[in-house]
Amino acid sequence: MSGMSKIVKTISNIAFPFVMIYGLYIIAHGHLTPGGGFQGGAVVASACAMILVAYGSVWTMGKIKEKRLSILESVGAISFIVLAFLGIFIITEGVFFKNFLANTNLMFGTTVAFQSTAANINTAGVIPLMNFAVGLKVIAGLFAIVLVMAYATSKIKEGKTK
Amino acid sequence: MSRRDFVAVIFFAVVAVFLIFGALKMHPFGPVEGQDGFDAEMDDHIINNAQEETGASNTVTSVVFDYRGFDTLGEATVLFTAVAGVILVFRRLKK
Repeated sequence: MSGMSKIVKTISNIAFPFVMIYGLYIIAHGHLTPGGGFQGGAVVASACAMILVAYGSVWTMGKIKEKRLSILESVGAISFIVLAFLGIFIITEGVFFKNFLANTNLMFGTTVAFQSTAANINTAGVIPLMNFAVGLKVIAGLFAIVLVMAYATSKIKEGKTK
Repeated sequence: MSRRDFVAVIFFAVVAVFLIFGALKMHPFGPVEGQDGFDAEMDDHIINNAQEETGASNTVTSVVFDYRGFDTLGEATVLFTAVAGVILVFRRLKK
């Protein structure tokens, strides 16, 4: 499919940064507010899909190849598993998926008492890092699926392949 | 009724019986631990200790990414497999 009219492109350009910021906010605040890596990643991927619809799959494929998206997705998956395995090795008596950063006053390690506190983003140990990893994975994965399917459909319509 | 249908009905009945018994044994809605002899050790542990143990104010995220991280790892694997399958199918059409 090729690009749509100038009106659609302009509206997409205006709406894109807001949707993007909202999705990234959901990912970054996954340990404080409802949402997390999966949900915020879906929002960001739908923003990218909006650009894909407005500008057409050929133009988008010229800007970013799906091979790059596959690499990004693998980076997210590997960092998620590495964070899980660090729980075994980094501290004594560690287990798989041990939260080794929580309540240590290091990065993301502020101690939290049992109460309805004002939300502090510098808490929760490895949970924000895992949210970032899963968010990267979902963004790249969903956008790769949409991009590849749209591109293949446009190629079929052109009749270049069967 | 062929033999194949008969086996399917038997299988459906067994699954339905298991689901019905599972629904009958579900936790009642509302009571806390100790009330009416009701035992909810894991629920109360997570509600009382999740904020102090993990530091996350969002208890749902602390369950998904910390207490049940293995489940999230499986979900991520499902997504990875789906993406790999789609790209594998549509690669032939790219050229």
